[in-house]
Amino acid sequence: MVTVNHYLILSAILFAIGTFGVLTRKNAIVVFMCIEVMLNSVNLTFVALSRHVGNMDGQIFVFFVMTVAAAEAAVGLALMIAFFRNRESVDVDDFRMLKW
Amino acid sequence: MELIIFYLTAAVAIVSAFFVVKSRNPVNSALNLVTTFICLAVLYVMLEAPFMAAIQIMVYAGAIMVLIIFVIMLLNLGIATKSRYTHALPIGGILSVLMLLVAGYFVRHGEATATGGEITSEVINSIGHTELIGRAMFVDFLLPFEIASILLLVAIIGAVVLSKRKV
Repeated sequence: MVTVNHYLILSAILFAIGTFGVLTRKNAIVVFMCIEVMLNSVNLTFVALSRHVGNMDGQIFVFFVMTVAAAEAAVGLALMIAFFRNRESVDVDDFRMLKW
Repeated sequence: MELIIFYLTAAVAIVSAFFVVKSRNPVNSALNLVTTFICLAVLYVMLEAPFMAAIQIMVYAGAIMVLIIFVIMLLNLGIATKSRYTHALPIGGILSVLMLLVAGYFVRHGEATATGGEITSEVINSIGHTELIGRAMFVDFLLPFEIASILLLVAIIGAVVLSKRKV
């Protein structure tokens, strides 16, 4: 019998992997994909708890998370193209124009 | 049987999420990310949320991944020859393990309150998951739905403005 705790532990593991990727990878597009992994683990938590509690609100939240993820993908990738045009690189180590 | 499918899907999801972080080539990362999304869709089906599974495949594995792969191909990023990781490697590892431990602690010792709502398996089977979602979204959450459409409009305009050559 699969309980809600199984799903919560799985999403905790996925969230930790995503955090590790965001904090350590250099390539900004990979950092972006790790953020998507984190958002998806949160979505899994929402759906699992929504089924456990017997309420639809959690699954509506997943919709809004997906909307925000789509908006973030569009704007973030446009930013990355604009940055690549100036610097010929998407390494996060090169994102230091505000540093003095 | 259910438990075996859950463990198989969870193992595939965790391994492919790990390879998203580890791969040298961004295209490999993207394909592993698609595998993770599909595993999560399987888990949504197991949670009796088939509409969420369909949305997961269409929006994430379809739209967002096409966008990301398109940008990878457009920028023509090769395989990382230098080191893939920033110098935050040890502190990132420590922080993510700490986060996992804290989440595990709360999952073990926490208890979900207010269980026993009206959406049970029988209700989902008799009414249908899509109809339940539609009722919740267009009756209880109508205003957030409209605000989300404004957010998408802002994102479209932002993407167009940012990718113009001369601002």
